[in-house]
Amino acid sequence: MIQYETVIGLEVHVELKTRSKIFCHSTTAFGGEPNAHVCPGCLGLPGALPVINKSVVEYAIRAALALNFQIASFTKFDRKNYFYPDMAKNYQISQYDLPIAEHGYLNIELNGKTKKIGITRLHIEEDTGKQVHQGSITTTPFSLVDYNRSGVPLIEIVSEPDLRSPEEAYEYLNKLKAIILYTGVSDCKMEEGSLRCDANVSVRPAGSTKLGTKTEIKNMNSFKALQKALTYEIERQIEVLEEGGRIFQETRTWDEEKGITISMRSKEQAHDYRYMPDPDLVPLVIDREWVEEIRRSLPELPDDRKERYVREYGLPAYDAMVLTNTRELADYFEACVAAYPNPKTVSNWVMGDLSRLLNASGVDITNCSIKPRQLSELLQLIDKGTISGKIAKTVFEEMFASGKAAETIVKEKGLVQISDEGAITAIVEEVIANNQKSVDDYRAGKDKALGFLVGQVMKASKGKANPALVNKLLKERL
Amino acid sequence: MQLYQLTAHEMHDLLINKELSAEELNNKIFDRIEAVDDKIGAYITITKKSALERARVVDRQIQAGEKIAPLAGIPVALKDNICTKGVRTTAGSKILSNFIPPYSATVVEKLEAAGATVIGKTNMDEFAMGSSTENSAFFATKNPWDTQRVSGGSSGGAAAAVCAGAAVCALGSDSGGSIRQPASFCGVVGLKPTYGAVSRYGLISSASSLDQIGPFARDVTDCALLLGAISGHDPNDSTSASYKTPDFTASLINNVRGLKIGVPEEYMAEGLEPEVRAAVEKAMSLFESLGADVEYTTLPHTEYVLATHHIIGSAEASSNLARYDGVRYGFRAFEAGDVIDMFMKTRGQGFGPEVKRRIMLGTYALSAGYYDVYYLKAMKVRTLIKQDFERAFEKYDLLLSPTSPTPAFRFGKKIDDPLQMYLSDIFTSSSNLAGIPSISLSCGFVGRLPVGLQLIGKYFDEGTILRAAYTFEQNTDYHKEFPEV
Repeated sequence: MIQYETVIGLEVHVELKTRSKIFCHSTTAFGGEPNAHVCPGCLGLPGALPVINKSVVEYAIRAALALNFQIASFTKFDRKNYFYPDMAKNYQISQYDLPIAEHGYLNIELNGKTKKIGITRLHIEEDTGKQVHQGSITTTPFSLVDYNRSGVPLIEIVSEPDLRSPEEAYEYLNKLKAIILYTGVSDCKMEEGSLRCDANVSVRPAGSTKLGTKTEIKNMNSFKALQKALTYEIERQIEVLEEGGRIFQETRTWDEEKGITISMRSKEQAHDYRYMPDPDLVPLVIDREWVEEIRRSLPELPDDRKERYVREYGLPAYDAMVLTNTRELADYFEACVAAYPNPKTVSNWVMGDLSRLLNASGVDITNCSIKPRQLSELLQLIDKGTISGKIAKTVFEEMFASGKAAETIVKEKGLVQISDEGAITAIVEEVIANNQKSVDDYRAGKDKALGFLVGQVMKASKGKANPALVNKLLKERL
Repeated sequence: MQLYQLTAHEMHDLLINKELSAEELNNKIFDRIEAVDDKIGAYITITKKSALERARVVDRQIQAGEKIAPLAGIPVALKDNICTKGVRTTAGSKILSNFIPPYSATVVEKLEAAGATVIGKTNMDEFAMGSSTENSAFFATKNPWDTQRVSGGSSGGAAAAVCAGAAVCALGSDSGGSIRQPASFCGVVGLKPTYGAVSRYGLISSASSLDQIGPFARDVTDCALLLGAISGHDPNDSTSASYKTPDFTASLINNVRGLKIGVPEEYMAEGLEPEVRAAVEKAMSLFESLGADVEYTTLPHTEYVLATHHIIGSAEASSNLARYDGVRYGFRAFEAGDVIDMFMKTRGQGFGPEVKRRIMLGTYALSAGYYDVYYLKAMKVRTLIKQDFERAFEKYDLLLSPTSPTPAFRFGKKIDDPLQMYLSDIFTSSSNLAGIPSISLSCGFVGRLPVGLQLIGKYFDEGTILRAAYTFEQNTDYHKEFPEV
């Protein structure tokens, strides 16, 4: 049987969160009554003209620099002409042959290996409105159109066909999202449509350098859907080829419910977009000084931050990668370390208990009820011996639920560790007296019996006895 | 002499001397419209109520002893492709026959700020495509000099209104001669400013890179006043130039001594009617006698002007007019089935034949495989045409030519022969391709039909055009002729 190699390229649309739209003054706010965020410009009224929003160009450059792109010094806008009911002008203002940025890349990590993925281009364009149907699209007597989204700025980021598996595609999209989130130019929420992804997929016999015929997959509305759709499509293509068939260049849509891709239109049915330079807009000359100013204002990006965590904090690469995946988590981590300078301990808590609780409750790190200072206070209580590590976990959960300080919870619940030798000796003696069998076992050389006796002491002290002291005192008396 | 025959600056004197109120003045013009517009068909919409309200505001200012602007209280008509808030704006098309804009074009706001009263919206070829107003979806505008003949186009309604005294001045738009050619046919002054000098915001686009709003007036002085009121940078139009509007009235000097005027020989060649040629030659002699240096020159790429203009204009129009689909505003074919059917029926029924012709041509010129051969090629030739002018202007201050090869033609004569119709703009289209300013003013008559003289200037040098035109006017009487309607 022939071994196949998969070739994937992704086209990602990212909504920029500028305050106003790309070519007019209307707000970009998500939601709102239908057709409330519109004006003559984004409605395509006769006589209205576009004027580029400078912030959009700035945001696009910001994202492009973070993705290692070269910024064009001369760029222009083009019209992509096609008829569609949610298009206000029946053309979309986009960029065709002179995009604002070209030749970018990002690094993905998979199975401990780093791979560089090329990104062909990044360009600016406007979003369309959207159609709304009452009930089912097939039975509704008419369509409604909401133009609130019309003219919301987008950047389209087109990767090279460098991805070789659905997993790589997933990692690429994840990293792209992480980097863009770091730059602050977008929310990248797939569920709200501020991050959208289409994929070009083909397969070829392993070792071949010639690309196979590709299909374009649309309508993947989550990271999981991307991976599932790609996996399906690759299997479908291999199956077709194995049966002696051929792949047709076409656009296919992912049907989430059925878990399959369905043909939407063939290459022959593809639109001729009749691109032309938009005569209503003037070309942009991008000032180098401005680009450098934007570059200087970029935050530390995930790769650099990760490297620094390994170098400065001595963290394992895995910890560093997880902690730096979002800017918010990394900021949280660093705030904790600033108050409690033991990075590995903080990392264990953040990646362990904190992540678990956040995931379980669906709370975002920025809204976490345990502030970095409070976590550091808890860790200091353990160090001082006020509470044991075990009690600390209980306290931590209580802190997460109530937002109270560790010390308050410890006091309220009487969880202070008992380190008074006299008090513990009394319990130890009682346990020895009541568990003669275990005492005998231990004295006969069964070390395991000690664990049982320690457990009994802890139980009798409601977990508050200092475990080290309990061990010491028990051994002395046995 | 009737009141409606006066120029704006003459009316201004009457107003400030309180010999007449702005309300009376406006009423007089509305009376004139009522008397003649049945015969001419210049207006699609009359805005009497709002005009009189604005006139009364001006009257109160005069009564209060305030200084009023030169255009305050002056009745101005607007071509119906200039958006007016709350007033139907049709672009001469069935597809916009019920469209009421929720906003006004920048030029309208500027005019209103200058105190002018907008008296109505004038007829035009549909989406400014045509040279006779016969392509209006509503009716054709007749030439006040001879109602058997066309008023020119596409701004025929505006030219005819000013010519007949049914407006004191007007704004039109010019993408290939649509101000200058009807000005020539109607014997009034019409100026196409430098591309970018006047905001296009609110002008219903035909061909974005060619369209420019400009004034119609009864004399060069009014033309300068109106141009001054509407030009200047507009942040709502990316193609509007950032320059400070000069005082155009400072150019109204009766002196052309030492001015170097070139006459492109290609514009005096075959196809030119002999009487038109004679009138233009007479104008050349007059300029010479007034101390200007006049000589023949050449614009070598002239033979490519019409084809280049038509490809670029149609390509841009095909895209600009895509928005008229019946979804958001305007006419919709309600009997349609699905959405594609609705698009097709709406556009099929809503657009007239010339518009459809250009949409098809433009769509073709932009199609895959043809873009390079047509559109891109045309863009390159456009550069060569621009360079022709740049070279000529190294030597000359102005270029002079006839505005159109013939005076106003009869109805029906060219409407079935698009190529003949396009030839009507053969001397005017090049200014739009190059983006330079040009004026048309009367330089004689063929019988009772006016002949237009075109003066073409350098970028943003409307001043020199106005100076030469003013001098010509001061030394001739053609502009004082008035048609019997």
